Amino acid sequence: MTDLPAKTDRTLGLVIDLDTCVGCHACVISCKGWNTENYGAPLSDQRPYGTEPMGTFLNRVHSYEVQPEQGNAQTVHFPKSCLHCENAPCVTVCPTGASYKRVEDGIVLVNEDHCIGCGLCAWACPYGARELDQAEGVMKKCTLCVDRIYNENLPEEDQIPSCVRTCPAGARHFGDLSDPTSDVSQLVESRGGFDLMPEMGTLPVNKYLPPRLKDSWDDQSLLAPLLEPVAEEPQGFLGWLDKALDKLPGGTA
Amino acid sequence: MHPAPSVIVFSTLSGLGFGLLFWLGIDPTPPTGLTAFVFFAIAYALSVGGLISSTFHLGHPERAWRALSQWRSSWLSREGVSAVLALLFMGLYAISLIFLEMNATALGLIGAALSLFTVFTTSMIYAQLDTVPRWKTPLTPALYLSFSLAGGALLSGRVNMAILLLVIAAIFQFIWWQRGDAALSDSGTDLGTATGLGERGTVRSMAHPHTAPNYLVKEFIYVIGRKHAQKLRRIAFGLTFVLPIICLLLTFSHVLAIIAVLSHVAGVATSRWLFFAEAEHVVGLYYGMR
Repeated sequence: MTDLPAKTDRTLGLVIDLDTCVGCHACVISCKGWNTENYGAPLSDQRPYGTEPMGTFLNRVHSYEVQPEQGNAQTVHFPKSCLHCENAPCVTVCPTGASYKRVEDGIVLVNEDHCIGCGLCAWACPYGARELDQAEGVMKKCTLCVDRIYNENLPEEDQIPSCVRTCPAGARHFGDLSDPTSDVSQLVESRGGFDLMPEMGTLPVNKYLPPRLKDSWDDQSLLAPLLEPVAEEPQGFLGWLDKALDKLPGGTA
Repeated sequence: MHPAPSVIVFSTLSGLGFGLLFWLGIDPTPPTGLTAFVFFAIAYALSVGGLISSTFHLGHPERAWRALSQWRSSWLSREGVSAVLALLFMGLYAISLIFLEMNATALGLIGAALSLFTVFTTSMIYAQLDTVPRWKTPLTPALYLSFSLAGGALLSGRVNMAILLLVIAAIFQFIWWQRGDAALSDSGTDLGTATGLGERGTVRSMAHPHTAPNYLVKEFIYVIGRKHAQKLRRIAFGLTFVLPIICLLLTFSHVLAIIAVLSHVAGVATSRWLFFAEAEHVVGLYYGMR
């Protein structure tokens, strides 16, 4: 049934740190790899070595420039995948019941055997989190690596989403956001985690942590006193060279 | 939004077909025998033809029957259920008129209500989407219903009713276009809210995730239609409303009636193409586009 559960037992999701993300796209690649080899239809590519190579991805990294009214612009790398919304519009529009939100952990999934590939759920998602696979004709989306996080055949450190496991910068965090004592909830609390497009009323589970404000050239560094020049005038060989060059005709700059 | 031909054909033909079924269903003195056969054949060709066309854009058309299951939450599912029921009731009504020369008034009225409701469900598939501000308005159902009723009246030969409804539909179309042009900026959603970084400054998309386009870009960011949008609006308006009304005001002849119908159908198809081609999905904002 495509009705949304009134409440989920847990609320699993990601917290993405925009301050730490370096925009390396490792999460994109590991996601593509894991989800092509495991749960559901593989993520196909179209013309991978031809003109206009395209493919299905469940996670994509944008790069933005933020220009404040004063000061320098800031670059923000911005990974974007399914936010597993509490009020997921993609679920309720589904005509077949293929899209659903799990009561036990809040993960939004697609039953690919029931998906007719109408694409309406992708239309309903404001985040571009769903992509219709061009080879399989079914809707693909982030599963929060449901086939890893409960998979006891994997070592414990691997029982987290592939993107989180891969991130070399530690910019991605996974956990239960309904538990206020969890690491991810603490991160959101202390760093001021925010929602994307809150005006859409989707109540996203995934949160983003803001990048810290860019340093200004005028900021006084703690190390500044240690970096004072030790000699204003050149001495020794450089001092002799300075004076010798001054004596040559041609003036100075 | 990408204007998929199958969806445009569907919404154009089905709207007309269900509109015609509505007028046939509420007719106190409906045609019988061969005349009824011709009218119902046209109505069914349009509505069923449109429905079949709509399955062409599915990834798995063989599973389309599953779409009848989620009518409690999904407008698309409601559309499927309502269309099947409307065609069922109107089918029985048509059989009684064609073969038994009997007017089963109740069947006709139920079928007419279901036909109109089907058009309403189609419009709600679009009007429900917060992600496409141009569509997210009660004017969208008003547009679809007025088009369907006007087209149905035209096809069923109700001259005065057709003129009146064409004028009403023209007004809705005009207001819908006017409102639509400001809908995205009025919605308050921009790259600032999309990234949550808007309060820090002006956000600009610097690099897309991939060098080539992807499903999202192709499905949601369709810019080709905008170049000639204003001209196409005038063409659509002239074909859908102005020419048919002139034909209807002149002394009745079958040639003029056929011109009016063909012009109307071509106009509705143009208007529906614009309905998709001009619509901006908020996902485009993430790509610095609209």
